[in-house]
Amino acid sequence: MTRARNPARTRPDTVIADYLISPFAEFAFMRRALVGSFALAIAGGPIGVFLMLRRMSLVGDAMAHAILPGVAVGYLIAGLSLGPMTLGGLVAGFAVALLAGGVARVSVIKEDASLAAFYLISLALGVTIVSLRGSNVDLLHVLFGSVLALGDEAMILVAGISTLTLAALALIYRPLVLDTVDPGFLRSVSRAGPAVHMIFLALVVLNLVGGFNALGTLLAVGLMMLPAASSRFWSADISVMIPLSAALGMLACYSGLLASYHLNLAAGPSIVLAAGAIYIISLLAGQAAGLLWRLLPKAHVSR
Amino acid sequence: MSGAPLIRFDNLTLGYDRHPAVHHLSGDIAPGSLLAVVGPNGAGKSTLLKSLVGTLSPLEGAVHTGNLARVDIAYLPQAAQIDRSFPMSVFDLVAAGAWGTAGLFGGFRRKQLAVIHEALTALGLAGFENRTIGALSGGQLQRVLFARLLVQDARLILLDEPFTAIDGKTAADLLAIVKRWHGEQRTVIAVLHDMDVVRKHFPQTLLLAREAIAWGPTHAALSADNLLRARRMIEAHDPRAEPCAHAA
Repeated sequence: MTRARNPARTRPDTVIADYLISPFAEFAFMRRALVGSFALAIAGGPIGVFLMLRRMSLVGDAMAHAILPGVAVGYLIAGLSLGPMTLGGLVAGFAVALLAGGVARVSVIKEDASLAAFYLISLALGVTIVSLRGSNVDLLHVLFGSVLALGDEAMILVAGISTLTLAALALIYRPLVLDTVDPGFLRSVSRAGPAVHMIFLALVVLNLVGGFNALGTLLAVGLMMLPAASSRFWSADISVMIPLSAALGMLACYSGLLASYHLNLAAGPSIVLAAGAIYIISLLAGQAAGLLWRLLPKAHVSR
Repeated sequence: MSGAPLIRFDNLTLGYDRHPAVHHLSGDIAPGSLLAVVGPNGAGKSTLLKSLVGTLSPLEGAVHTGNLARVDIAYLPQAAQIDRSFPMSVFDLVAAGAWGTAGLFGGFRRKQLAVIHEALTALGLAGFENRTIGALSGGQLQRVLFARLLVQDARLILLDEPFTAIDGKTAADLLAIVKRWHGEQRTVIAVLHDMDVVRKHFPQTLLLAREAIAWGPTHAALSADNLLRARRMIEAHDPRAEPCAHAA
């Protein structure tokens, strides 16, 4: 490429290093994108692991849609500005989560159907509000994010949410695990179950709102669910899956940004595509449950 | 069997959505009892256990558990309620029994670790610590759950169908644990289906069919006459009946 200015740098190893590192070394916006998306991945992966194990994989997707009207109202009032949009997203997300849970408790509708109803209403409302004002470019920003234009505010927000999420997960780890494996037992030893579920949903909303600015509402879920699902193919132990999902998410961020730089692709989707590629590789080659291992002849007695 | 009862049911009516599953149950359970709860499907047996655990509030009447605290009660839910696909080790599931003493964050002290290993050994699970629960057979999982009950070290132990769908050897081993608890003066209440097991090993029986059909020494409670009455009681039940047809 054009960056091989110095003839001494054309040795193969430096070319490779150049290819892998220089986009980040040379451009501040790439470094910011990397750090910001790392922060998202570090918290999103563990959240995704619990979503998956609690059979709530699609809840993340639904909630990502549900936060849209709040973001849109924030945008309508204050324009493309982080604070009001984030606040709006949080309010809308919590409202849908609470309404869905509440309706499921007092009516014949189960929580998944109730959530589907409310997120659809919420999404339609959101798109309507966005279309009231502003161009399609703005709508694209809300939906697909702008990982290459992360401001200081956004960086602090994402890092703060990430820190808070990890601390809160550590706090509720035991009851959250037990509530997933054996809710009947948890109810017999503690009243924490319902509260833990609500705290967990709040963390999901928080991370989606954190993600919408960088990756957009539609793709924030990708960085949450894909590394989490990938991690299951490499380990059957949740205490390994949690850090692994964060690491795989970071790998996706790095390789996605690199691909977007060299191939001139949109950054947000390319991060999620990288996460998708990692998922496919894990699905096939993961050492704990990858499909390819089934094809190999196995020792008759194995643990 | 003298002194104050451990548990007293006082005109207890339990149910879901205002439809009673257990009607007007009254009676005492003495400390150290080994009580079987039997009855047809839908008789309210599991519901009764839930009221003792405290996860279901009475529609009417009350359960008095006197001076029992939450950590004094150990509960074995039906095995079907456990998500066996969860990536968790045998050790961690058994260690959950120490929750009451270790709390939300506390690490396990050496003594607790010793208790956990003892429980695993007592159930023949030594060497299984690092297996994931998904790799266990039904009988092995039930052993794990009994190990967790041992770790809980509770005064009142509630078992919901502990011997269902497991092989004879496992059932015998688990029954030996139940008898050990009985010998240690703990109170055990078990929902059971196998009348032979009840007749052979449980001195006291509550025959339940929405209301108590019989309650007392097992051989008397499980008379042919009583069993027939229990079955008729359930078959005659009309789910659309008034919330409580049998007014107090």
